Amino acid sequence: MLLRIRDAVDKVTFTFDGAAVQAARGDTLAAALLAAGIDTFRISIVGREPRAPYCLMGVCFECLVTIDDIQNRQSCLVEVQEGMVVTSQNGARTIGRDDGL
Amino acid sequence: MSVRLINEAAQFAPKYDLVVVGAGPAGLSAAIEASASGASVLVVDENAAPGGQIYRAITRNAPERQPFLGVDYWKGREIAESFLQSPADYAPATTVWSLNPATTEDASAGPVLGVTLSGVARTVEARAVILATGAMERPMPVPGWTLPGVMSAGAAQIALKTVSAIPKGRIVLAGCGPLLYLLAAQLIEAGADIEALLDTADKGQRLAALRHLPDFLRSPYWLKGLALLLKVLFRTKVVTGVTALSIDGDRKAESVTFEAGHRRQKIPADCVLLHQGVIPGINLASAAGCVIEWNDRQRAFQPRTDPFGRTTAPGILVAGDGAEIAGAQHAAAAGRISAAATLEDIGILSNEAAASRLIAVVRARRNYLRGRAFLDTLYLPAQQFRAPTQPETIVCRCEEVRAGRLREAIALGALGPNQLKTFLRCGMGPCQGRMCASTVTEIMATEHGLSPAEIGTYRLRAPVKPLRLAELAALPQTQDAIFAVTGREATDYSPEEKGTTP
Repeated sequence: MLLRIRDAVDKVTFTFDGAAVQAARGDTLAAALLAAGIDTFRISIVGREPRAPYCLMGVCFECLVTIDDIQNRQSCLVEVQEGMVVTSQNGARTIGRDDGL
Repeated sequence: MSVRLINEAAQFAPKYDLVVVGAGPAGLSAAIEASASGASVLVVDENAAPGGQIYRAITRNAPERQPFLGVDYWKGREIAESFLQSPADYAPATTVWSLNPATTEDASAGPVLGVTLSGVARTVEARAVILATGAMERPMPVPGWTLPGVMSAGAAQIALKTVSAIPKGRIVLAGCGPLLYLLAAQLIEAGADIEALLDTADKGQRLAALRHLPDFLRSPYWLKGLALLLKVLFRTKVVTGVTALSIDGDRKAESVTFEAGHRRQKIPADCVLLHQGVIPGINLASAAGCVIEWNDRQRAFQPRTDPFGRTTAPGILVAGDGAEIAGAQHAAAAGRISAAATLEDIGILSNEAAASRLIAVVRARRNYLRGRAFLDTLYLPAQQFRAPTQPETIVCRCEEVRAGRLREAIALGALGPNQLKTFLRCGMGPCQGRMCASTVTEIMATEHGLSPAEIGTYRLRAPVKPLRLAELAALPQTQDAIFAVTGREATDYSPEEKGTTP
């Protein structure tokens, strides 16, 4: 979806749905995922359609993912961290898990 | 001197003279001005580095490495650097989820902000607050705009600024306004191949804009604009008068269909970048109770402000594109003006000191406002893209409410945008109406033959950004609040203790 035209200098590795993804330190998670060729971030709640970031600036909430067990994080506002565990979301968030709500 | 970086919630001072929300040109300028006058200032910003969207990642990029960003972008360096050398507190990666204005009963109590940093929420009190939350792109609802592969032009620009990346595959730009052409020029400079730029501007607006042309020709914008236009026209296929635009694809964008010159065309596309101008981001001001009014020339709602940015809510000002769209340089001037005005209000600057600071910057701002009427009129988005006619077009992306369903509910007698929420849940998803408010108002105005001013927009409430229940529950409580709930004094109560059920 995105093509880096400058090589990442200081690299970090995290996982998305179990697969290792490389990014540059300082990248937002959303941009890093798009640059890694991931084009679907979640499945929509009502129509169960694939969705991906639309605005990359915190407005559209299309880039919601689960980061280190916390659901509904705006991946465009979070910087990638080494070892971050990121998963895509399928429909609405789940309630009742011991995740501090 | 340099800013004090705030990385965790415990580092916030309990009270500041001035809290600035947003670290774009308006917010940074306001903070520089206010902290130089001796005020204690906190800047909170959602992003990890200063600059806002226009100067996004300005402290991390360099002209040698990212020449494609263009000369106007590098102007942000000076402002970001002087901010970083100011004595302000700076909390990046911080969200503001609520803002309560000063109360009239207690003169010493100022506005209170609810903020979250690294997963911990706090309330911060201020004597005054300047909202410098900037603009967002006006949503451009067309069939297929929710498909992966479709982004706003602003998103592509942010990708260019933050990770030096361009869209992959066949790129189509669609919409209208100066930013669309700026992005096209930046992408071309960065080496991208643009299949086509589909210009949806309403040619009928050219005549209406003509009377503002003399003013535009005296503005700082016209030469730049012309150079940009020529560059894009020379390097890319530009189709004007585009209507009936839709994006098709199975689980991602594959093609764009449109009409131009009475001919229907379909072109393949892997990435479609939409844009039809920018509008003020009003969620925080609106939720704080500021009166919101309709700007007919810019066709958007904005907080009602006086010439210094004071809203109708005590102690809350708005500066920059969050108050009215006028660009980055205007925003920087507006930030300084609001800072001087509010420091006078809270007694940090004398009347004379504030007035002397204002003279030059008020004149500069007037110069940056020149030419806006021409741009606003020429690039007013076409009616069919403001109020989409195809019933299948998704208007509310979160709750997936389509234009047809909205029109049905309006025909049934929904009284306003707020009642449409109850009928259809539009505006009630995670984005809290940011992506559909303007379209819902436009559709309703069209159906009733009224002005959007008469229709109004969604009533917004805190929290304006997501907040975990655990964060809210862990907020430090006042002694009065603890007594009200537990019936005990704060001294013999621990927030760790568990409640018992009888």
